[in-house]
Amino acid sequence: MKISNAFNKRNRVLLRELVVTDFKLRYQGSVLGYTWSLLKPLFLFAIMYVVFGQLIKLGSVEHYAVYLLFGIVLWTFFSEATGMGLSSIVGRGDLLRKISFPKYIIVLSTTISALINLALNLIIVVVLMIFNGVHLHASALLVPVYIAEIYVFALGIAFFLSAVNVKYRDTSHIWEIIMQAAFYATPIIYPLSIVIAKSRIAAKILLLNPVAQAIQGARYSLITKQTITIQTLYHHGWLIIVPIIIVIVVFIGGALYFRKNSKYFAELI
Amino acid sequence: MNKDLIPVVTVKNIVKSFKIPLEGSSGLKQKLINQLRGRKGYRIFTPLNDISFTVNKGDFFGIVGKNGSGKSTILKTLAGIYFPQEGSVEVIGSLVPFIELGVGFNPELTGRENVYLNGALLGFSRKEIELMYNDIVSFAELSDFMDERLKNYSSGMQVRLAFSIAIKAQGDILLLDEVLAVGDAAFQQKCYDYFEDLKRKRKTVILVTHDMAAVKRFCNRAILIEEGKIKLAGSPEEVADAYIIDNFDGNTVEEPEDEDEEEESGEVTESKLISGLHLKMANDKTVIPGEPLKLELNYVIKKPIDIEVRIAILKDGVSFTHVNTGGRLLPSKEGKYILNVELDTTNYLEGRHDVFWGVYNKDTGKQLAFFNRAATFFIKRHDPTVYGWMYTKAQWSEPKIDKKV
Repeated sequence: MKISNAFNKRNRVLLRELVVTDFKLRYQGSVLGYTWSLLKPLFLFAIMYVVFGQLIKLGSVEHYAVYLLFGIVLWTFFSEATGMGLSSIVGRGDLLRKISFPKYIIVLSTTISALINLALNLIIVVVLMIFNGVHLHASALLVPVYIAEIYVFALGIAFFLSAVNVKYRDTSHIWEIIMQAAFYATPIIYPLSIVIAKSRIAAKILLLNPVAQAIQGARYSLITKQTITIQTLYHHGWLIIVPIIIVIVVFIGGALYFRKNSKYFAELI
Repeated sequence: MNKDLIPVVTVKNIVKSFKIPLEGSSGLKQKLINQLRGRKGYRIFTPLNDISFTVNKGDFFGIVGKNGSGKSTILKTLAGIYFPQEGSVEVIGSLVPFIELGVGFNPELTGRENVYLNGALLGFSRKEIELMYNDIVSFAELSDFMDERLKNYSSGMQVRLAFSIAIKAQGDILLLDEVLAVGDAAFQQKCYDYFEDLKRKRKTVILVTHDMAAVKRFCNRAILIEEGKIKLAGSPEEVADAYIIDNFDGNTVEEPEDEDEEEESGEVTESKLISGLHLKMANDKTVIPGEPLKLELNYVIKKPIDIEVRIAILKDGVSFTHVNTGGRLLPSKEGKYILNVELDTTNYLEGRHDVFWGVYNKDTGKQLAFFNRAATFFIKRHDPTVYGWMYTKAQWSEPKIDKKV
């Protein structure tokens, strides 16, 4: 995999075919088809709204339901991109054994599918923002940057895990457990203020996680300025770049590990 | 023709070995256990051991070998699916591999969508596929079905579509593995015609097959692979014949996939009167016509009886000549006997021959003991002018104009 031809025409065509096929097949055979892409986040929102907006009030953040949904949508994206990416190489084993093409395209195509899902989910987030009377600020322009951060982080993890999964199929189970723990270790369904009330240090540590930092940043930019971000906690100290460093290290490490091992995928699967 | 040989595929001393896990050790637990016990948890299997060959532009290159000889591994190495540990593979031009037909076919997609997906996997752009599309569809004879989902196709239709993509795909070098064995007779004929066409156009094709008729018909060069090495490289006739001979040595070389076929050979039935049937053939497995076939027959007479010994030779599974001791009086006393016989093979034709023999009651003709397929040999003879069961010498004159007409 030379960098120069990593994005040549052939690979772009293949990437597009794989993404399009994946999208076509997603709701194959269902009556409502693509509508499900919009209905699913809508129902998720309805549930969130009833459970956390009306029954259990975990915080006093304004527009809490939208705040919650946005966080969940971003987490779902991270979880899908890593989870689907992890099993992508093994899942396409039949192809790898019979045809030669750059393996990273498989991982890339599944993470792009997750990105498409995210885009559809975001449509619902925007619609609900309008209904909830959320004011849009110029800072909303930063949201794509945070999404890019999560994406690069997820891609790095997907590269690493998909390569490990070829050797050890235990990987998917281990990752599932890690993700469950990480879900609760990330301030998604609870506001960070609850953690701060108990321990400020714990909250600071939680925000070093790139996903938590990006979700909080995106919420701050799009939903409410009441969101506690890494800047709020660290007051512009040098530690705020730690999540970015983690993302870069994970991405480069994951990509290198993947490149080193991808030669032997065909015979190991 | 030798002047402008342009090598397009150069394989130099490639070695490829695999680690075969011994017991489902694809898990972390097994890995840890193996590490603790100091076991490797795998064995090394080397399907390619120092293979070198060159394919020139315009060659129809055949690769033959038994199952497990490593020929598919060669193809996968050429296709860039496997990377050799040692040696190098150099390919000039675009190489279109067909290790299996219809790679990436998805039953939920329509025929059209599958053509584009398969094409993209083979490395073609949308535009290139659009140019090939009509050709593919008409060759597959599926114009009316292209917008139906693949799952509604019959298996024959799927194969036809896949094969059409395979042969219409315009690459510089085509890599075909065992694809000849698909489709009904009419479609197969079409494929053969297409191969003829490829051959005429001097397209570079590398073909891996078991079909020796196809090798002789289409290839201009071939190699025979055995246990990861090139056993023979040369003309398709030589290679195909060597392959056939090798496969007849079925008794010495194990062929795991054909186990059930082996059962019928070497069966001996004995009786209370005759036993100890044994046959030794002094010749090699390959016999040149005219070379006497030297057989040593052993048998034991348990109770005095007048016997007759008969031998039957089967060519390609069909009985075509019988010899017996006839009116000769053989010793009838109890004892162990050795009977030697020389058979003249001058008129034998090329093919596989099996020797069956038995001991019979001289008076009643009743079978007393029989040895099913006691030996097998192969007659090697190159004469495309004679076919059938025996060799006929023909003296043709020069045609003269019949002045009477």
